[in-house]
Amino acid sequence: MTDVRDEQIEALVEQLTSGSDPIDFDGLHAAATEDGYALSTPEGGEYEGLSEADLRAAAGDGGVAPYVTNWYYWEEVVGHRGRHRRAFLRHAEAAHEQTVPERYAALEDGMRTEWGEVVVTATLGAHGERRYEIRHTDDAGVDSGPLNVDSDTPDADSEALDRYDDPLDARELATYDDRGRYRPLKSAPSLVSGWVFDDLDGRDAVETLDVFYPASVANWNREREGDLDVTHWRETAERQTGIYDIVEDLPREAVEWVAQACCVDSQCLKRREWQYEEGDDLAADGGAGAFPCREPCSLVVAAARKWTKLAEEETHTYEFELTPSEKEQIEAIIDAVADGRVDEIREADVYEGANRYRTRYLRAKRFDDKGNLSGTPTHPNEE
Amino acid sequence: MQALVIVAHGSHLNPDSSAPTHRHADTIRATGAFDEVKTGFWKEEPSLREVLRTVESDEVYVVPLFVSEGYFTEQVIPRELRLSGWDVSEWDSDGLSADTATLSAKDTGQTVHYCGPVGTHEAMTDVLVRRAETVTGDPDVGEDFGLAVVGHGTERNENSAKAIEYHAERVREMGRFDEVQALYMDEEPEVDDVTDYFESEDVVVVPLFIADGFHTQEDIPEDVGLTDDYRTGYDVPSEVDGHRIWYAGAVGTEGLMADVILERAADAGAEIEAAIDTVREETRDAEATGDVALDRETGTAGD
Ligand code: SF4
Repeated sequence: MTDVRDEQIEALVEQLTSGSDPIDFDGLHAAATEDGYALSTPEGGEYEGLSEADLRAAAGDGGVAPYVTNWYYWEEVVGHRGRHRRAFLRHAEAAHEQTVPERYAALEDGMRTEWGEVVVTATLGAHGERRYEIRHTDDAGVDSGPLNVDSDTPDADSEALDRYDDPLDARELATYDDRGRYRPLKSAPSLVSGWVFDDLDGRDAVETLDVFYPASVANWNREREGDLDVTHWRETAERQTGIYDIVEDLPREAVEWVAQACCVDSQCLKRREWQYEEGDDLAADGGAGAFPCREPCSLVVAAARKWTKLAEEETHTYEFELTPSEKEQIEAIIDAVADGRVDEIREADVYEGANRYRTRYLRAKRFDDKGNLSGTPTHPNEE
Repeated sequence: MQALVIVAHGSHLNPDSSAPTHRHADTIRATGAFDEVKTGFWKEEPSLREVLRTVESDEVYVVPLFVSEGYFTEQVIPRELRLSGWDVSEWDSDGLSADTATLSAKDTGQTVHYCGPVGTHEAMTDVLVRRAETVTGDPDVGEDFGLAVVGHGTERNENSAKAIEYHAERVREMGRFDEVQALYMDEEPEVDDVTDYFESEDVVVVPLFIADGFHTQEDIPEDVGLTDDYRTGYDVPSEVDGHRIWYAGAVGTEGLMADVILERAADAGAEIEAAIDTVREETRDAEATGDVALDRETGTAGD
């Protein structure tokens, strides 16, 4: 697994002779000195005054080879261009906490990172190259099937996961939930399962994550670097123009309800970091997601516009005739809809207030022919 | 490294709004002309606020997939992308001539070449014609045909009508179609009266819209009289008052739109000549009659 390819040694020599700084990376130290090459690793001992042939031999040594292939992977393959990408991939093998031999041992079994509803597993390929697998957390332990070249015709008979290798295929997987409804919020916990990207390189792995959870890697890394710019509710609301400029008028307590309604983990897997304003936190739970939400999203702003308009209405005292059980039933219906449980309520389970027969019975009994609850008009004065 | 970022409206309600944006991005990605091709949306993710963070390149060409200059291109997009020092005078436009402005993104420090919208680029005229070819299945369509370019009208912004007029005039100057007429949904001359404006028996009706949605799939087919109820569908072509109406659906779904996006980036300095040639060639499918025949049967023109 950890034998060193010529190309990797050549890159090492090239780096040492190019006049750039000596190598000091994840425990590998290497330099070109006046009397030959110097090389050392924590486990592999220290060499000095090596010729290029000696360097080659030393680099291929069992204790040193993992350090060389590790250096090559991070510095030559991944490189530093994509700072967020690199940070995520380092995180995926706990590079800041574990030594190279520890990581190589752990990568043999696969190192898992949960990200929203998916799990990324990093493994070790040949010559220290890393490979990444991405699948739904619900699909842990499920076998993968043959590679799916035409994403429109997954093999419906197969128990196995549909295999993909193009990050852009994630777009289709993320578009609809398991009931075929459009998913406007990519971080909603409604990602379908049954697929796997089983053999990605680092670039494609991060690209795939970025399709499932757009900008999540960048925001996570900025947060990790202590550089996440959070835009709180007030600032977001004040920035709005056009039809959205009214959301500024949404009262503070209503913003609390917005966060409760939309941003908790059961609705959105981003961890809400925005508050009412700097120094004025909302009480609603922001969630425990792996990646942060740095400002109210467009869905929340659009919903807030509706709630702002609704907030302009005055309350009105209505009188309804309901039995205690009917009042409780209405509460049960609201709960079932709000928690998205309507589909789980069994057809004949008339003990559930939100059961369809129970609800139809309530409507038959309590609605008049204009659809008014208990025959009470919504706008009594207009009747 | 240079990146292309296509920015579009998107929708919370259905995926059709962003589907063409993704498809054009894929077409351009396949040419390899840019190191990265990304999409960002007002209503979808990544948001306009965060899209630049998903881009690793320092040099970014941002092309708005919008029909005309106005509220989105002048205010919303520059604000959300946090383009430092943006002022609409940077474009020095008469409502049709916005080309590019080079600014720095405050959030990421990238150099952003902020381009004018696709809808006002002269190459858009070719897409309208290509759309007519695709919907009729005839790469030479024109003779004995009328072409109607349909827009919103001034309801939301006056530049929208300017763009419609501009392209209608350019198609007229080509001399390819017997008649060319600009029509609007909410002002005179109205698309409802389309058959009053043409002598030609065959008329191709192309809405200058970026994506199919309520306007192109429901309002216009009903206004034109293709159907009383959009849900029942309609044929392409359909008989209306003795004319054959070839309704094309939103022009933005036409594959050649990818070319306009590239032209915008090229005008802003991106070196992508080869990609432009490839895209022009590869998005041509009027000869591939199979698709068009299928469209006719299902009565949903275009895609
Ligand atoms: S604003 Fe709320 S719902 Fe929207 S992405 Fe953030 S946490 Fe999720």
